[in-house]
Amino acid sequence: MSPAPKPPVKTGWSIGIVTPRIGLNIAVIATLAVVPAYAALTGNAFALTLFTRVVILAIAALSLNLIMGFGGMVSFGHAAYLGIGGYAVGVLAKEGIGSGFVQWPIAIAAAALYALVVGALSLRTRGVYFIMITLAFAQMVYYVAIGLDRYGGDDGLTIYHRSGFGGLIDLSNRTLFYYLCFGLLLAGTYLVWRIVNSRFGMVIQGARSNERRMRAIGFPTFRYRLVCFVIAGAMCGLAGALLANHTDFISPAMMHWTRSGDLIVMVVLGGMQAMFGPLIGALTFLVLEEGLSRLTEYSNLILGPLLLVVAISIHGGIDGLIVGRRSG
Amino acid sequence: MLYFFEQFLNGIQLGMLLFLLAAGLTLIFGIMDLVNLAHGSLYMLGAYFAATFADWTDSFLLGALLALAATAVTGMLLEVIAMRRLYGRSHLDHVLGTFGLLLFFNELVRLIWGPAGMTLSLPSEMLNAVEVLPGLFYPLYRLVIIGVTLAVAVLMYLLIMRTRLGMLIRAGASNREMVGALGVNIKLLYTMVFGLGAALAGFAGLMQAPILTVQIGMGENILIAAFVVVTIGGIGSIRGAFVASLLVGLADTVGRTFVPDLLHTFLSDSASSSLGRALSSMMIYLVMALVLIARPEGLFPAAGK
Amino acid sequence: MAEALLEIDGLTKRFGGVVAADEFSLMLPAGELHAIIGPNGAGKSTLIGQLTGEVAPDSGRIRFDGLEITNLPVYRRSQLGLARSFQVTTLFPDFTALDNVALSVQAHSGHSFRFWSDARSEIALREPARTALARVGLAERAATLVADLSHGERRQLEIAMALAGRPRMLLLDEPMAGMGPEESIRLVEQLRALKGAITVMLIEHDIDAVFALADRISVLVYGRIIATGDPAAIRSDPAVREAYLGEGAADG
Repeated sequence: MSPAPKPPVKTGWSIGIVTPRIGLNIAVIATLAVVPAYAALTGNAFALTLFTRVVILAIAALSLNLIMGFGGMVSFGHAAYLGIGGYAVGVLAKEGIGSGFVQWPIAIAAAALYALVVGALSLRTRGVYFIMITLAFAQMVYYVAIGLDRYGGDDGLTIYHRSGFGGLIDLSNRTLFYYLCFGLLLAGTYLVWRIVNSRFGMVIQGARSNERRMRAIGFPTFRYRLVCFVIAGAMCGLAGALLANHTDFISPAMMHWTRSGDLIVMVVLGGMQAMFGPLIGALTFLVLEEGLSRLTEYSNLILGPLLLVVAISIHGGIDGLIVGRRSG
Repeated sequence: MLYFFEQFLNGIQLGMLLFLLAAGLTLIFGIMDLVNLAHGSLYMLGAYFAATFADWTDSFLLGALLALAATAVTGMLLEVIAMRRLYGRSHLDHVLGTFGLLLFFNELVRLIWGPAGMTLSLPSEMLNAVEVLPGLFYPLYRLVIIGVTLAVAVLMYLLIMRTRLGMLIRAGASNREMVGALGVNIKLLYTMVFGLGAALAGFAGLMQAPILTVQIGMGENILIAAFVVVTIGGIGSIRGAFVASLLVGLADTVGRTFVPDLLHTFLSDSASSSLGRALSSMMIYLVMALVLIARPEGLFPAAGK
Repeated sequence: MAEALLEIDGLTKRFGGVVAADEFSLMLPAGELHAIIGPNGAGKSTLIGQLTGEVAPDSGRIRFDGLEITNLPVYRRSQLGLARSFQVTTLFPDFTALDNVALSVQAHSGHSFRFWSDARSEIALREPARTALARVGLAERAATLVADLSHGERRQLEIAMALAGRPRMLLLDEPMAGMGPEESIRLVEQLRALKGAITVMLIEHDIDAVFALADRISVLVYGRIIATGDPAAIRSDPAVREAYLGEGAADG
């Protein structure tokens, strides 16, 4: 039994056309744009590593926001697509196929294919059943990965050469790699923005809002949601390929169900339905996680209850805090 | 043949443990509409409490009883402090909030008891084996688990079907608002239901502790299995939870035992062991997927809602 | 003679021991405004459910414009031109009134596998939507979120949604429910304006509206039609008086 959705109430303050939300987005993008320069200047290579991870997971969270925030499909198995994308790269690398031109399309296609299967079977259910069945399908992939002795099983597999793009770009150059990921994030965000406001996006949002009415006015909602689910899976598969390159390592842990939980946290923290919400959420979550682990060895003693507080009090995520009062 | 029967008993035993968890989950879900990812944490606490109290009192039985009480109290405190504020919110909020609690409890246990885990030993009589069938010896303790949890299942049935509290629970599962409108002290009812669920989870945790494990994160895997059980059985249905627990327990055990062997007959050694392990872990999810495709609301969905 | 647009033949539905639809049959000519009245529990919701496709009949058939639709899914029937309004307002609360109606238009404007162009700028969707809103008097409320509309305005929007898809037949589920007297009069006028152009099945409790609008009336009791005829005939039918009108209801 969900509370009735309340319309957003806008705050009064803004500077010209720059509302608080736009201001936040600009600030975050600007900060991210200068991370490599900052890292080079201060010699803090770790910052670059952390923010690369932020950007990559933001892409994954972006894809989850598409189906969850806009589509109302709460998938607790989204990390599976990260894993599938990553494993595509890792497995192919081990088998001697090092070209990114082959690896990455396969990563995307494999993730999309699995999303097609999972979606076709799961989207007939709703509510918590949907959450559970997506979790189950992710667990299946997780266990398959553990069983793959040839590719490291539980211990994982090191990737010795990053995806090669034959002179176009050298992914082992961390700064270039960072900007590639950042560029893909921006491109992906723009793509999601267009999708959400298109005819297709209207159907997806309508189905979230009132599926019964959507069917009554003549929309075969199932097929649209399935396509949306596949798009999200494909995008997350790309993020997985990026992640494998970033860590030079793949392991079943990439798709452990707590990773799926982390993605959900990122989307909610950043504000569902906000375009840059996933990025803000990923940034907040990872920086928080990192910061807390420096503060104490027992960081989850703080992070855990914090998530609970967020769940109880904030209804628009962090973005909602900025935009203004959203009752809920 | 005997081997098969032994595995069958193991499956029943696993099913019974799952039932204890699933029964609590389905009650809490059915009545308070709460998705609780931290249910596995109560299971874990039950085991840790039991190991600790048994250590202090030098008695398994006493340790178990104290642990049961402690877990129930912890559950009720948790309900009052945290869960109450989640009622009525979207399931996503529940997932988020209880996920946070899950992380918190794992960390708390690590802080208090350290990362290494604990052991809980049984009184020596329990270690004997009983001849259940000619030639088949089965550990007494595992039989005790089956017996005790069956007894709990019967008690639950009597509670739900024959007492006033049970009537309120059944009414709440099919129509929450009405029960509130009837002037029942909803808050107290919810706290008690949650405490009952916590006690059941803790009980499962401490019962399996001597044979399986007492370690951080032990709640996660079995929690997923318990959710699978609740999903298959139908939310809000104890009967569904019972049937589904047996189904899942058997599917998992039989899967793990026989699938690798089955594959071995026509695949190479390494392939069949890899695939076998993967497939047998997947058994319960395959069962759930099949059930949901045929019946999207589970086997015995509670009426109304 | 007008051909039957909707042919319902022997619809039967049981829920446990209750017979909600009992060999229900009806022929609806194109252009007619046909009202279904009956006491509560007579089986009106089951009838609507079976007509729209949300409830599967145990037996019986439904033909729409000669096409067998008995087993077609809900969305397909809507696409074929059979629209419905809901008794309990079922709209998209987080969208504006215009967005709501535009969605209805969109459902009947080809497929929606278009991922790039902004749907809110699509004139082919927005213009008909504005027109539909204007027709029910909600033109100034186009940009208002449904959650902020009054109950009466939402009821109007319900009708606008059903009409926006240019249906051949309209199934109205107690449209007057919860409307004030002024709003009811307005709705009656709107429905009167539709007569002849669209076939309408009106399921209503408001007897005044029914007698003012209907070409023919059927009386539904315990899942079965006990009488069908023009308003005058129904008014004077003794069986009807006894079963429905005579039992403490308002003046016939």
